[in-house]
Amino acid sequence: MKKFLKLPFADIVFALISFSAAITILTLVVATVVVLFKEASLAIDKFGFLKFIFTVEWNPVKEIFGAAASLYGTLITTFLALLIAVPVSIGIAIFLTEVAPPFLRTPIGIAIEMLAAIPSIIYGMWGLFTLAPIMADYIEPTLQKWFGDWPIVGKLFEGTPMGIDLLTASVILSIMITPFIASISRDAFKLTPDIVKESAYALGATKWEVIKDVVLPYSKLGVYGGIVLALGRALGETMAVAFVLGNKHQITFSLLDAAATITVTLANEFTEADTDLYLSSLFYLALILFLLSFSILAVAKFFLLRAEKHFQR
Amino acid sequence: MMDLAKRRKIKGSIALGLSTLAAVSGLFWLTFIIFDVLRHGLPALNLELFLEDPAPPGIPGGGLRNAFVGQLLITGVATLIGVPLGVLGGTFIAEYARGTKLAKVISILSDIMVSVPSIVVGTFIYAIMVKPVGHFSGWAGAMALAFIMIPVVLRTTEDMLKLVPWTLREAAFALGASYFRVIKDITYRAAATGILTGVILAIARVAGETAPLLFTSFNNSYFTLDMSEPMASLTVTIFNYAMGPYEDWHEKAWAAAFVITVGILFITLLTRSIIHWRYKD
Amino acid sequence: MEEKTKIQVKDFSFYYAGSDKPALKNINMPIYENKVTALIGPSGCGKTTLLRSFNRMHDLYPGNRYEGEILLDGKNILTDDIDLIDLRSRVGMVFQKPTPFPMSIFDNVAYGLRLRGIKNKSELEGRVEKALKQAALWDEVKDRLKDSASGLSGGQQQRLVIARALAVEPEVLLFDEPTSALDPISTSKIEELVVSLRDSITIIIVTHNMQQAARVSDYTAFMYLGELVEFDKTDIIFTSPKKKLTEDYVSGRFG
Repeated sequence: MKKFLKLPFADIVFALISFSAAITILTLVVATVVVLFKEASLAIDKFGFLKFIFTVEWNPVKEIFGAAASLYGTLITTFLALLIAVPVSIGIAIFLTEVAPPFLRTPIGIAIEMLAAIPSIIYGMWGLFTLAPIMADYIEPTLQKWFGDWPIVGKLFEGTPMGIDLLTASVILSIMITPFIASISRDAFKLTPDIVKESAYALGATKWEVIKDVVLPYSKLGVYGGIVLALGRALGETMAVAFVLGNKHQITFSLLDAAATITVTLANEFTEADTDLYLSSLFYLALILFLLSFSILAVAKFFLLRAEKHFQR
Repeated sequence: MMDLAKRRKIKGSIALGLSTLAAVSGLFWLTFIIFDVLRHGLPALNLELFLEDPAPPGIPGGGLRNAFVGQLLITGVATLIGVPLGVLGGTFIAEYARGTKLAKVISILSDIMVSVPSIVVGTFIYAIMVKPVGHFSGWAGAMALAFIMIPVVLRTTEDMLKLVPWTLREAAFALGASYFRVIKDITYRAAATGILTGVILAIARVAGETAPLLFTSFNNSYFTLDMSEPMASLTVTIFNYAMGPYEDWHEKAWAAAFVITVGILFITLLTRSIIHWRYKD
Repeated sequence: MEEKTKIQVKDFSFYYAGSDKPALKNINMPIYENKVTALIGPSGCGKTTLLRSFNRMHDLYPGNRYEGEILLDGKNILTDDIDLIDLRSRVGMVFQKPTPFPMSIFDNVAYGLRLRGIKNKSELEGRVEKALKQAALWDEVKDRLKDSASGLSGGQQQRLVIARALAVEPEVLLFDEPTSALDPISTSKIEELVVSLRDSITIIIVTHNMQQAARVSDYTAFMYLGELVEFDKTDIIFTSPKKKLTEDYVSGRFG
């Protein structure tokens, strides 16, 4: 502190100003948690934690609010989106680092990153007007035809294909998160030293064997980081799913049913909440979403930092 | 033995073929979405869209002047709040607090906040700025966007300042300059392109945000410049119009989507090529 | 000389992608079977470029071009119909820095064997043990074969990589400055290893360290600016070279 006061006056002032700016982010995070907690306290007192997250019913008329349906929708769409996006993204990353001719790598890489720059509302709108009809008319009936008679799997595709359902929402989400996983994986792949790859080639490995046995294990921390980051993003995505999910509070096994996620519930009902308990329950949902995605993103950051350290050695 | 070698090669070709397919699918979605936005958006584009306010629901005609102006105001105010805070914060952790625990915590926290659900930010601002006064406002929308901007700008600033070689600062210190002068005259100047592109990318990013505006600035079918009133934005208008029942609304939503998409993609491409050209990574 | 020629380099030139100037110009030299041949010369002279031609490592990067012939057991390896996977299992390589794969010690050594379809556990164990013994590493790692290879010291890692290359029983082994990243003790262990291997395998070693070339090799090729200046028995190169340039270099007057 003494050392600090010996600094020139301009430095003291500027350091203090920039310090306050830096502290803002800390303040905002703490304030978000505190404020959401305070606003949710009515619902927390009324429903507790376990009862809230395990109650399916969401009934503004009877003032019974449970998060189970929204949580279920959030988890299912996120899970399905990752299921589609992870293999595709890793494929893209492999293509961009090992397969594509060098002069194509940068332009295709930028094109994939453009997918991440498109605002989510555009995804949502495109989903509603373009993807949903395609799903309803072609893809979902085909899935029913192929898998409809299968035990268990068939149940996933029960119901009338409307295109406004869990499946469509998951497909859109998967397109949205693909560029995140792809570009982080690509950067991680690039960190594999050429000399290590060369020594696998020198043993007579094929290109694919080098990727599978050397590049992927070498960069797995970075890839995990990318996947978890995408998971955090998918959990909190609002507009891309708000258009095509139908906001129906139910737990359904069929992917061709309308559902709700936490974000969709918030987007659709926040301005309509007419009682204190209703609003407080919505804040409760927001709090749960914040804590959930915050911790998942922290895990992602942990992986990415570890990966960085790994390569600094 | 020969058989095995052949099998390994075939396996490899299949795997690499699949990865090519994955890349093609990524490009396919990109062109599909952009093509669709162009196809629906271009025909709906006209001068009235920018010059007139909305006609009453269900009646064709009118434009989205209120939303364009609202979007500019909200984004502009958010930029005025978010950019200085972000740049200063980034400066603090990259310069004065370089290498300290606090800097590390703030940097990691910002990284996390960059990806935190933006709708939660909307609920937070609602609680502190809308609920107490009893009505939505343009100010609240701007604050929500600024909240989202700060960590983005902070992190880019930090990264860009860290790219400036430490020896450059030492050279200035050796001439007897104060740290403030070194930052102002040397590091800011050296990192200017990077910070500027980072700021532009951050603006492009928040300009496309919808969720945090839904219950902060809300919407307004009338033209207003008063930031303490509810205020229309392009994104929220797209949401309402696209979900609405009228064909005319859908067309306007596409037109607005076109403007936003083209604008954001253009800015993103431009800044990316600047970064690419400047830093040649 | 009654040596048997393992590899014959004939009118060999090499061009890097996008360059009209050859990085190697018209090289002619033999590599004798079960002998150690050292390639020496100042940096940029093309010794590593030549070494990487013997297993066609340059093919990993598009646009590189070979001219002339490199005959391995009388068959040109520079033709398009050569199977690179097959070539590289006959010609192994060890790099400047240790390159353990991100897997266990055992799996590292077994990697090349598994690629060749050997799945039988006892056979794998036998051959891994043999390779590790050849590389003088067995005693140090036999109790921790399941541990990650990244936990070994630099010198141990380099011997592990040599064991990995030996496990697939190559006919030729290329060393690209194998000790440049190692301390003196590890270096002398690697040198001993090279000497001990020379009766059973043809070795080509690139080194910037002339003492090392003198210590481990039977033959030495001195290269300068992409050309082969002189090739002869190592003791001749170091004691009575025919060319002035060679004499200047080995006596330390430049380079």
